[in-house]
Amino acid sequence: MRSGAATLLVLADGRFPAGGHAHSGGAEAAVKAGRIRDAASLHRFCEGRLHTAGLTAAALAAAAAAGADPLALDEAADARTPSPALRRTARRLGRQMMRAARSTWPGPDLDALAAARPKGAHQPVVLGLTARSAGLTPLDAAHAAAYENVSGPATAVVRLLGLDPFDATAVLARLAPGMEEVARRAGEAARGPVEDLPAASAPLLEITTEQHAAWPVRLFAS
Amino acid sequence: MTTATALPVTGVRAHARITAAPDGRGGTALPLRSGEGPFAVRRTRSADPSRARVTLVGAMSAPLGGDRLAIETRVRAGAALRVDGSAATLALPGRTADPAHWDVRLEVGEGGLLHWLPEPLISAYGSELRQSIRAELAPGARLVLRDEQVLGRAGEDPGRLTSRLTVRYAGRPLLDQQLDVGPGAPGWDDGAVLGGHRAVGQLLVVDPGPGGEPPQPRPLGETAAVTPLAGPGVLVTAVAQDALRLRRVLDEALTFTSW
Repeated sequence: MRSGAATLLVLADGRFPAGGHAHSGGAEAAVKAGRIRDAASLHRFCEGRLHTAGLTAAALAAAAAAGADPLALDEAADARTPSPALRRTARRLGRQMMRAARSTWPGPDLDALAAARPKGAHQPVVLGLTARSAGLTPLDAAHAAAYENVSGPATAVVRLLGLDPFDATAVLARLAPGMEEVARRAGEAARGPVEDLPAASAPLLEITTEQHAAWPVRLFAS
Repeated sequence: MTTATALPVTGVRAHARITAAPDGRGGTALPLRSGEGPFAVRRTRSADPSRARVTLVGAMSAPLGGDRLAIETRVRAGAALRVDGSAATLALPGRTADPAHWDVRLEVGEGGLLHWLPEPLISAYGSELRQSIRAELAPGARLVLRDEQVLGRAGEDPGRLTSRLTVRYAGRPLLDQQLDVGPGAPGWDDGAVLGGHRAVGQLLVVDPGPGGEPPQPRPLGETAAVTPLAGPGVLVTAVAQDALRLRRVLDEALTFTSW
């Protein structure tokens, strides 16, 4: 294995204590609306998510790992996230990731962003900066962002639908080429200016996240 | 456009420009209004005499593959302009395999006001269009912008449509949204992106003034939501079965502003 691969596994592991397990990435709302019913519809949901929100997040993470100004990226993330519920979630997850990252791979870049955004920066920006602090590449950061973008919903659907975990994992495995493609595009975009980073959006995710945030009872925070 | 067979087949290149400026008597003048090729830019009667109104007339049913069409609209400080359309814009396949490009550039100066309310863009089967809308707003500028996309004519599969809406306010990013739908775009028709809907649209209201209470985030039925942005603006995003139902939701949202 090339150098850094083990570090990337530690960062991308679902057990990395960054709070992601409490979020379904829009899957809970999609299950309720009948848009996710089984492994096939989960696959299509994740594919759409990966190439929209996933690409945008992976590019922000790659740019942060490449050394772009984290505050400019945080502002770019705000402009790419019209839903206040999604912005809140991204910042909450960013704060949790920041705590984990500063214990795991401490560094001055992380300290500076934590001081500038005490309530949390957007999670993909923190993820990218964490990757940088861990000595990983922009492409590594993009891979981690792309993977967690779909592993979250897939894992959540096991609990929401009682989907067989083998089937959910098979969905992730079939999405691997898509994740590679998204990470490659994100890594390429990260070499250009921040304002040209992808801004791919998913209208239904934005709409249903606001509905989900208003539910009185829900299994996942988002 | 090309007649001699020896010439390469290329699309139409056309550029329209509109500039609105205060007329010095409390109204708005149009010192520049030019269109060419498929564009006709007409001054039309404004319901409010202090504002100018321009209508993009029908001839716009034109972006064919390979075409490069652009429109630039400038609203100088203190001027007020409404731009609307007489008919939908229809993206059609062209004689070349190249995509068509449709670029909209909007600039609003300090205290200026722009209503950008064109008719929908319809992506016909086999077409490929890249739309880009960029708005640059000075501090204190106000904007109402509607952007509607209909995927396919009645009963028709859509073409490929890529659209990016970028809005900057006072030099900072306010909104950046990109949509990529139609054959070849991964996952566009399923649960996360459009979920089988054939019309998608946004209405953006940028109003930095003190005004009343900013609108709260809330759903508008099952398939639309009102979302206050991080900066001085509110976005309504909606998906719908067709253009008519989409317009109904976005019109409801227009009542957010009294201006």
